[in-house]
Amino acid sequence: MAERSYRSAAGAAIALRRRQHSASCRELAVRCPRLQLRSLSAVTSAVWLAAYGLFVLTQNSMVLSAAIFITLIGLIIYLHFVKVDQESLLVIGSLGIQVTSSYASGKESTTFIEMGQVKDVVINEAIHMQKVIYYLCILLQDPGDPQGVSEVVPLFQSSKPRLDCLIEVYKSCQEILEQRKTAPQSS
Amino acid sequence: MVLKVFFPSCCSSAESGILIGRWISEQNSAVILAVVHFPFIPAQVKQYLSEVQRVTKVSVSVLGSWSNSKQEKEESLSEFLEDLGTIFSHEPWIQISKEGDSNFWSCSTLQKHSNNPKEEEIILVYYDQRKVMLSHLHPPLDTAAFTDHKAADASKLAAIFDTVAKSKVLFMTDRYDDGPIKLTHWQSDGVEASIIVELMKQASVPACMLLTFLLSLISGICRSRVLKFWPLSFLWSKLSTCEQLGHRLQHLQVISSNKKAQNQTQLMRKANIFVSLLVDVALGILLMSWLYRKNRIGHLADTLIPVADHVAEELQDLLQWLMGAPAGLKMNRALDQVLGRFFLYHIHLWISYIHLMSPFIEMILWYVGLSACLGLTVALCILSDIIALLTFHIYCFYVYGARLYCLKIYGLSSLWRLFRGKKWNVLRQRVDSCSYDLDQLFIGTLLFTILLFLLPTTALYYLVFTLLRLLVVIVQGLIHLLVDLIDSLPLYSIILRLCRSYRLAAGVKFRVLEQQDGKPLRLLMQINPLSYGGVVQTYRLPTYSCYPKDTWTSLCKKLFLGELIYPWKNKGEKQD
Repeated sequence: MAERSYRSAAGAAIALRRRQHSASCRELAVRCPRLQLRSLSAVTSAVWLAAYGLFVLTQNSMVLSAAIFITLIGLIIYLHFVKVDQESLLVIGSLGIQVTSSYASGKESTTFIEMGQVKDVVINEAIHMQKVIYYLCILLQDPGDPQGVSEVVPLFQSSKPRLDCLIEVYKSCQEILEQRKTAPQSS
Repeated sequence: MVLKVFFPSCCSSAESGILIGRWISEQNSAVILAVVHFPFIPAQVKQYLSEVQRVTKVSVSVLGSWSNSKQEKEESLSEFLEDLGTIFSHEPWIQISKEGDSNFWSCSTLQKHSNNPKEEEIILVYYDQRKVMLSHLHPPLDTAAFTDHKAADASKLAAIFDTVAKSKVLFMTDRYDDGPIKLTHWQSDGVEASIIVELMKQASVPACMLLTFLLSLISGICRSRVLKFWPLSFLWSKLSTCEQLGHRLQHLQVISSNKKAQNQTQLMRKANIFVSLLVDVALGILLMSWLYRKNRIGHLADTLIPVADHVAEELQDLLQWLMGAPAGLKMNRALDQVLGRFFLYHIHLWISYIHLMSPFIEMILWYVGLSACLGLTVALCILSDIIALLTFHIYCFYVYGARLYCLKIYGLSSLWRLFRGKKWNVLRQRVDSCSYDLDQLFIGTLLFTILLFLLPTTALYYLVFTLLRLLVVIVQGLIHLLVDLIDSLPLYSIILRLCRSYRLAAGVKFRVLEQQDGKPLRLLMQINPLSYGGVVQTYRLPTYSCYPKDTWTSLCKKLFLGELIYPWKNKGEKQD
């Protein structure tokens, strides 16, 4: 189990943790930057100041309770649906690849892609706003066309690691994916 | 190659025995279904397995041996288990052994006919047998098109789910049975059943037959010739209540049919229709009890006539305003007065009819309100129809204004072409040049000028009545949207996803359990449930209306040209 720190595309600090469970099973987890206390307090104070300003104008105390309600609900929705804590990739040779995103509230959303559907794992370049970023993605096999790609599944979309981190992940994945080419095919 | 063994977690504490299950050679994986305990006679085991294979069409065979020893490993037992490999010949012969309470089992394979003696890696995947048996895998929509491919290309997971689901008959024997074979699987401690469920199954057959008989009576009456005469059939087609009642009748016919549901989709659809009907009727009865308490229906009927009067008065004020100088625009006095008086007379007629009907309104409303017990959707449709009937005069005004405006626009465009020396060629469907005589040109130009200067007046009337009509259409549309929502929502599927989420599976997820060096890789396979959006999309009930009929551009074009618009059209109605 090894953990190294890298930087994301926006400059925040992220950490990559690699675990080898067996010869054909590896887990790669990228931990996203945590929720900053100062941004949370900035947003909360802004909302409450605006609500207090409205209260002074309208003299209606419902505005204040509505602001508290909105802040609480907004925070819960943000933690449960938006803020990703950790993104991990579990590669099990001959079974498949599992992509998990765990949110700050503890919710985990998992997708499992069978090995038969995986064509390859590659690093792509993309133009995102004013930047050119690299991202890792899984190419899915088109059932009808052996050379074709039916879908591209991008990985690590919330943490957006930079190229050095992506190269480490890419090398780990390719070591396991190569095993399925060298293994003798059963009749 | 890597060997994958799918082991049911309920057999982790079973006594020593042999493993039976299915071997999927294309994927090099073994799905273990149960453990057969000592003592047994090999011939009887083989006979039992061939019977199971015949019934379930799953190729069940003996895959290996399982030894669970509380003390240290016994050499004699292991030799005995190896010898069993020669009796039940299976390639490869899997040997799993568990010592004491250790979580880490040792797994090995015996290959007799293999070329390479290399040790292959073994992955042990635990699965919850009951959940996998009951769950239904939902493939992503794009792979559904490739069902004709060979089994090797098919999803590996689908094969595993299929194997466990089809082996139901294997799980019917529990340890209290006196047969020659003693099995351990998820139901080996006793088959569970619910008395209520069994009673309902018995009661459902006569109930279905009664319902089918009643429905055939009702549909016979509906199809009789008496109701098909022209005024009545026109009325039925225009009222949305009849559409909704017909739709519900169809649903009832689906539920009460004698045939058992063939596959999962049909079963879910029947269940969804049943729950939807139940909820609809419950809400309708609730609404009815609320309406009839404290004589609210009477109050409603009393306020209906004053509201209709008020609407008519507002319309009269509007027409007086249009007949004056509306928004500072100067109208053509004569045409203005003619149109205004024409519409005022219509409103006068309408008010008289309403006042004629006023003594009967309360009684009619009282009886019509009783039909809310058929369901909330029927009550909403009746509301929509009442709104349509009460605003019938607005609809009439809209039609008059639209027809006038449409005539004017067509006349103007044709005369404009004459003005430029062109003509519309009906044969070739295009504009051709044409030489007109002098008197044709003269009259044409005169008429064009007249129509052009009368255009603002007509356009204003058309605009005002179209806006009113659109308002009514939007209100009716919202009510129909609500009815459609209640009709098409798959409530049973959503409740199932909430309470028994393993029944609707989008896929699986693996969790890596504690590892120990030298022992095989241990994984836990859990079911990944379908998202709520996926549930609604897969199991939506089809409805009878399709909207919108027109895109926004064609709607705007129709409004500009003065063609009549009917934004909410039902499926099955003839297009005009």
